[in-house]
Amino acid sequence: MFWGTHDDIGRRVERLEIPFNDLGVDHYGISKPHVRQLLTALCWLYRHYFRVRVHGIEHVPRRGRGMLIGNHSGGLPLDGGMVIASAFLEMDPPRLVQGMVEKFFNRLPFASQWTSRTGQLTGLPEHAARLLEDDRLLMVFPEGAKGTAKLYPARNSLVEFGTGFVRLALKTRAPIVPFAFLGGGEAIPTVVNLYGLAKLLGTPYVPITPYLLPLPLPVRLDIHYGAPIWLQGTGNEDDEIIASHVAEVRRTIAALIARTQRMRRGWPELGRADLIRSVQDRPGPSTGEAEGRADQGGRP
Amino acid sequence: MKILIPGICGRIGQLVATELKAQGHEVWGIDRRTWLDPPEGIVVHHVDLRKRAAEDLFRRLRPEVVIHMATVSHLAAGSEEQRYRINLEGTRAVFDYCQAYGVAHAIFLGRHTYYGAAADAPLYHLENEPPRGLDSFPELADLVSADLYAGSALWRCPELVTTVLRMCYTLGPTGHGTLAGFLRGAYVPSVLGFDPLYQFMHERDVVAAICLAVSARLRGVYNVAGPQPVPLSLVVRQTGRTLVPLPEPLFAWALGRFGLPALPRGALGHLKFPVVIDSSAFCRATGFAPRIDEMRALQQFAAAFPIEKR
Repeated sequence: MFWGTHDDIGRRVERLEIPFNDLGVDHYGISKPHVRQLLTALCWLYRHYFRVRVHGIEHVPRRGRGMLIGNHSGGLPLDGGMVIASAFLEMDPPRLVQGMVEKFFNRLPFASQWTSRTGQLTGLPEHAARLLEDDRLLMVFPEGAKGTAKLYPARNSLVEFGTGFVRLALKTRAPIVPFAFLGGGEAIPTVVNLYGLAKLLGTPYVPITPYLLPLPLPVRLDIHYGAPIWLQGTGNEDDEIIASHVAEVRRTIAALIARTQRMRRGWPELGRADLIRSVQDRPGPSTGEAEGRADQGGRP
Repeated sequence: MKILIPGICGRIGQLVATELKAQGHEVWGIDRRTWLDPPEGIVVHHVDLRKRAAEDLFRRLRPEVVIHMATVSHLAAGSEEQRYRINLEGTRAVFDYCQAYGVAHAIFLGRHTYYGAAADAPLYHLENEPPRGLDSFPELADLVSADLYAGSALWRCPELVTTVLRMCYTLGPTGHGTLAGFLRGAYVPSVLGFDPLYQFMHERDVVAAICLAVSARLRGVYNVAGPQPVPLSLVVRQTGRTLVPLPEPLFAWALGRFGLPALPRGALGHLKFPVVIDSSAFCRATGFAPRIDEMRALQQFAAAFPIEKR
């Protein structure tokens, strides 16, 4: 089936299980026409420009609350856009993934308008909790803006994770669906970030590529969803307990990254247990090194 | 019950008084304005809230319930000093009289703009949030102060049941309220690149909510909202107006010219970012549910204030 025509997208937007009113707007301000236009653009990029491959989409809840937790890849939030497109195109019924947008975005003309009309709310704990209580599908990148600022050599590494998402998952009893996103670092190969210019523009950083502008190259992207993780607790646990849950999620994502890297290189797959073990064995916080170990361990 | 309504001659005050009278209550009002044809049995006293004559009324009438609606929210009304005197000093006088003359229940009608508009504010505001954005919109300071002063009666005067209602905008056929005033003309300005959500409720629902607060004798601070919020662009389109998006640097200069409404500079934030409230606590406490949805409220306003097409 050919995906990406405006009519196809329109039909799928009509099937979104979102309580739109007669004006085509829901109580978060999500607007059908805006979602249709955004998804038309994203789906073209998804199918024809980046030719995204998705693995494990069956792990994403078909209904009800869920947290998609993954790694950032690429100097711009391509990853978020492609995750939104994957849940919209590959799920039946389609789902609208709602991300948490950096605060500076809401101050920018047009950006503010488009993010709010397409359900991408400012990254605040209040928003995340409300969306989950409302049985929406939430996307969180626990690396934050530091994750998209990764330079090309560190493109498949993980920087430090925030811990708020685990407390939120526990409080709202939401499953965590880990995912790995690969290829963003090749699509936008950041060689340096300009922080001085960024300060003037009101953004966290400005990525510079070998061809200067951070325009994405047509590189194939992969999204790999893992099995849901159900954490038990109230969200009021001590920091050590929360940190152990965060580490578990991080290890799972690192293993998914390593596994997807092998698939991209055409190598045979390792079992999930082997991969998690290989990631657990490594000493450093980054999966960049671990990824090498995992690859070496599984190299035929 | 014996109910006294300071600010009874406003549109909402008249509707609330009429409804409470119809429910069998005894209703009096205080206002310096005139209500031309009040229903039989509703007596309006034309006195200044801050003067002795108002206090004498409290002493003589001994009301059980006071619904304080005598605040000014229209930003063009009077000077800052006048607004401060009416909003804060008037509110202080009302609560002093309530305490002195044994009023059982005082209701203060606040505004949802208390929370302020900011880029990094949560979309839905809860009652426990502090006010924000006063630095950029000082014209709201007196209303926020009055709201906080009224709320302080919850601990200052424990024998007085105090209800602070933070009401969202009103929109309906009376054309009452800040939002209705903003939408009155054929052209409605907006800030280019921004389209905030606006939350409003039909005046009939506003009246129903206030009457429910009286009968439920609520204690505490409650947000009161109607149906779901709607983007400004759709509000304008559905009421038959024309949206005029202006680049932010031009915005302040263009206001008050070319038929556009005059607004204080601080109102810019309210045209960029939404102020939306969560009224689930009020709904749970009173069983309130808005009867008129956003489409009907918009249609009724548009029908009452049509724009003639040239």
